[in-house]
Amino acid sequence: MGDPSSTQEVLRAPLTIGYDFKRTTGPVIGAFFTALAEHRVLAIRDTRSRVLCPPVEYDPDSGDPLTEMLEVRPEGTVTTWSWVSTIREGQPLQEPHALAMIRLDGADTSMLHVIDCGSPEAISTGARVRIRWSAEPAEGFANIECFELLEEDRDG
Amino acid sequence: MRDVAIVSVAQTDHVRAEPRRNEVEMVQPVIQAALERIGAQISDIGFTCSGSSDYLAGQAFSFVMTLDAVGAWPPIAESHVEMDGAWALYEAWVKIQARQADTALVYGYSKSSPGDLPRVLTRQLDPYYYAPLWPDSVAMAALQARAMLDSGAITETEMAEIAHRSRTAAESNPHAQLKGSPPPEELLAGDYVAEPLRRHDCPPITDGGVAVVLAAGDRARQWADRPAWITGIDHRVDSHNFGARDLTRAPSVAIAARNAGVGYGAVEVAELCAPFTHQEKILRTELSLDDDVVVNPSGGALAANPIMGAGLIRLGEVAQRIMSGEVRRGLAHATSGQLLQQNLVAVLEGDS
Repeated sequence: MGDPSSTQEVLRAPLTIGYDFKRTTGPVIGAFFTALAEHRVLAIRDTRSRVLCPPVEYDPDSGDPLTEMLEVRPEGTVTTWSWVSTIREGQPLQEPHALAMIRLDGADTSMLHVIDCGSPEAISTGARVRIRWSAEPAEGFANIECFELLEEDRDG
Repeated sequence: MRDVAIVSVAQTDHVRAEPRRNEVEMVQPVIQAALERIGAQISDIGFTCSGSSDYLAGQAFSFVMTLDAVGAWPPIAESHVEMDGAWALYEAWVKIQARQADTALVYGYSKSSPGDLPRVLTRQLDPYYYAPLWPDSVAMAALQARAMLDSGAITETEMAEIAHRSRTAAESNPHAQLKGSPPPEELLAGDYVAEPLRRHDCPPITDGGVAVVLAAGDRARQWADRPAWITGIDHRVDSHNFGARDLTRAPSVAIAARNAGVGYGAVEVAELCAPFTHQEKILRTELSLDDDVVVNPSGGALAANPIMGAGLIRLGEVAQRIMSGEVRRGLAHATSGQLLQQNLVAVLEGDS
């Protein structure tokens, strides 16, 4: 063994990262995912009448269970964004893209997703975007492939 | 309530990569130093609690292996949190308050170098709406910085000044990883890492650890000439649903500070765990810190950011300044998770 600092070769092993648990999505997240497969977006109303999208099971402030689901639009507004130039395994887009919070029309809260917009010059807070649905039916959240700029915005 | 104090602190010299020592070998000398400084042995310790991450270690129950650094035979009373070691300290503090122990050893550590840290940290996120996107942690922090810039809560110049001040302060911290900084004007000429964050806005990737000894009442006075009494401590959480939060705020910090009694006296020094420059501004605002408070004389998490240790280090840094007689009352803040999701605030005081 000896002094570890004298070791020339450092042992290496792959680091496989996962959260390997099956989860039940429940009545709210499950309904949201099922609707995405039908290209519809569901939200939920909280106890202060705010519309939360993506929907959550409990009121973020009071903790009361929430049940009133409603539909919001697949278009929305960028509330904040950053630029991702180093692509990592598992990310929805395999080329540089914006990571953004998007408030869908009809909702009062924002959803995290990526925007396929080419360059950081093409995106700004307040930009109008819409969902690009996955080409093939997918499981749950993956039915949203990404967001893209609305034509009206792209044309200036 | 029992009087409980931090009586000893030791930390590694933090580095970007510690390839030749595993976690046990890295943290053992620190645990040993924390005990030796007060002439204690593990048999003097009533409870041991650690904070670390299996996701960084790449192994389930990795903290059990790290107990080899403590010496767990004869059997010891022990626990662990998959959070920053500051929360392990909180658990130990509760254990002592409950009279299950009079003394405790607390440590937090990690090696981020073997993996891809921004990718590993995605596993801390909500598993339904956030984690499936594998959003890297720097880009996530950039969303918060952008929200602050857009709202006028901060400017890029202020962010550069925070980076410059922190890393300049770190020049006098023998354990810091990043010491010294070009002037803010030069920093602002740099490229974005994840717009609007530049390299200077981000914490270093760090391998390192910290250990702290807690003791109650007379035991604390035996072990330290001037114990750093924990006169208030609380931890709170903001929603993991970041899209439903105002990202420019962290209300849980203000609640924890109120419950910890921060306002009951003057704060001379504050060690804030703000891994990204803009987060220091959020913390200062939520804590209502006066401008004359010395913030992060150690350099803070911008100078060394061992995941699961950086928050406990903040408590240790304040405690050491009290134990040395440099200050009488200080505030320590720790955060765990992304975007200041979980926050702990402690008030430490020396005998006057």
